[in-house]
Amino acid sequence: MSAASTLNSDGLARDERLERLKLFGLASPAILLVMVILVIPVGWLFYVSFLGADGSFSLENYERMIERKSYARIFYTTFEVSILTTILCILIGYPLAYFMSQLPNKWANICLITVLLPFWTSLLVRTYAWLVLLQKSGLVNEWGMSLGLWEEPLRLVHNMSGTLIGMVHIMLPFLILPVYSAMRQIDRDYLKAAANLGASPRRAFWTVFFPLSTPGLFAGALMVFVLCLGFFVTPAVLGGGKVIMVSMKIVSNIELFVNWGAASALGVVLLTLTVGILWIASRFLNLDTVSKGGH
Amino acid sequence: MKKTITSAAVLSLLASTALAADKTVTIASWGGSYQEAQSKALFEPAAAATGFEVKQETYGGMSDVRLQVNTGQVSFDIVVSGTGSAARAAEEGLLEKLDYSVIDVSNFMPGSYSDYCVGGDAFSVVFAYNTETYGDNGPKTWADFFDTEAFPGSRSYRGKVSGALEPALLADGVAKEDVYTVLDSEEGIERAINKIRELKPNISVFWSSGAQHAQLMKDGEVDMSSGWNGRFDNAQKDGGKLNFTFDGALMDFDCFAVPKGAPNKEAAMEFLAEISKAEYQDDLPTYIMYGPPNLLAYETGTITPEVAALLPSAPDNAANQLLIQTEWYEKWETIAEEMYQEMLTE
Repeated sequence: MSAASTLNSDGLARDERLERLKLFGLASPAILLVMVILVIPVGWLFYVSFLGADGSFSLENYERMIERKSYARIFYTTFEVSILTTILCILIGYPLAYFMSQLPNKWANICLITVLLPFWTSLLVRTYAWLVLLQKSGLVNEWGMSLGLWEEPLRLVHNMSGTLIGMVHIMLPFLILPVYSAMRQIDRDYLKAAANLGASPRRAFWTVFFPLSTPGLFAGALMVFVLCLGFFVTPAVLGGGKVIMVSMKIVSNIELFVNWGAASALGVVLLTLTVGILWIASRFLNLDTVSKGGH
Repeated sequence: MKKTITSAAVLSLLASTALAADKTVTIASWGGSYQEAQSKALFEPAAAATGFEVKQETYGGMSDVRLQVNTGQVSFDIVVSGTGSAARAAEEGLLEKLDYSVIDVSNFMPGSYSDYCVGGDAFSVVFAYNTETYGDNGPKTWADFFDTEAFPGSRSYRGKVSGALEPALLADGVAKEDVYTVLDSEEGIERAINKIRELKPNISVFWSSGAQHAQLMKDGEVDMSSGWNGRFDNAQKDGGKLNFTFDGALMDFDCFAVPKGAPNKEAAMEFLAEISKAEYQDDLPTYIMYGPPNLLAYETGTITPEVAALLPSAPDNAANQLLIQTEWYEKWETIAEEMYQEMLTE
């Protein structure tokens, strides 16, 4: 290596270090903010979860979760609700996103607005609206019975079905948006090429279009699932006090038992589970493409 | 001219703040129609009579007091509380002892005052039933409420242990006098919870607020619900087809307490003495269907016999009720709550 090129690469390396330092300087307010409002509180949460009732270090908050059967049932319910909501969102959201992706731009945008519209209404209002619609004397039951679809009022709310209806409604946009954006980026020529090579429309969809849309589907499904894990309002209002999810147990630990340690421990377990799921998901698919919602 | 008006205004403002600085009390209650009733019947007239400046706030319960006392930033002089949570707060040392040489409770109902909390109003845990579902032959006792063969239909019950176990034991055949003796052990608590466990398939909602159980009954969403008499009374007046009785109900009180280190402790005692008088308490039912704990209030003539028939603490109604025992809640509530919440997840 000649002296000149060493000099050159030294200079480049110095420039790079300087550049990094500048970038770090620019990012420091954001990093500081994340430290103050995220990292420190989460660290504090971990710390509190290891404090016993008398304030000394103890594992009692975690032991309780193993000893008491209710915790296993609560985690089971949480996963049950989250998985079912995700599946229902996929079954409803994917075809809708596909339909929208095939529409001309103008109509697709109108559809997109109707998908987004519920986003602009308060979550609490939407949940209570479902309560009014689904109850025994609610609109759904009254119409159903007056049209002769069913005789007795259906039990649509204050149970698992009410919870799922509400959750699916609230979660749908989180699935549709990434799926739709992935689908819009698929080049239509691929499908034409498939048809050219003799594939039926069905075959072309399953072998070409669907695989190309999976990054968006995974991104949406993952987002829905993770959001469901920590959901509180909808199951609390529509579950009739019988669909008890982790977040509701956290609230009762604080409100009924004034036990911050137990509540923190539940928060830690929920956080760990969520991070774990994201980690497992990252083994199977490239989260980098997922976060971009495309390919 | 303009100048004199301004200076007069400033003077009067100064005067009023000077007066206010003399005796001020800050009262925290639960807001809504409840606090409005308290304000009109008790706080405002008593403030006018004593010349105290009364500041009203709403708060979320004893957890707020715990925070204030623990951080040494106490801003409330008087707080409204349930008897059970007041008893627990007193145990934790969050409350000042009340000065009963100032507050006269000689005519108060037994059980409506303790060392740390003086009764503000009486309410009852009753059950209401839909009059359309059951017609004239409605359920009459808690045993009927738990009897799904004689009275089929959906139920609603409380999602917390407070006031939930006593009716279950009454339904299980325990005499009124023995309820708290039976509950004084984990086996007794389990017995009550088992009774609710049995009913659980028919309980479609475990309610968490008074507004909720009133709405459930009003909409006919459930056929029977446990709940508070005042809420059911309102639902009835709003056209809900429901009825309830005080027979076998569980009587409880809301009470006033003074947080430890309250800035105006002496004034708070004096003000509590004032609002505990019969002349204020007899106005409470004008605004909300909760009964005065001061029994003299029934004799001033303001409360008519018709109204008295709807009040939990009216002598005729009180006779057939079980009085809540705060000592039991102090000793067992946390344990019982854990067992109850455990049952809810099954």
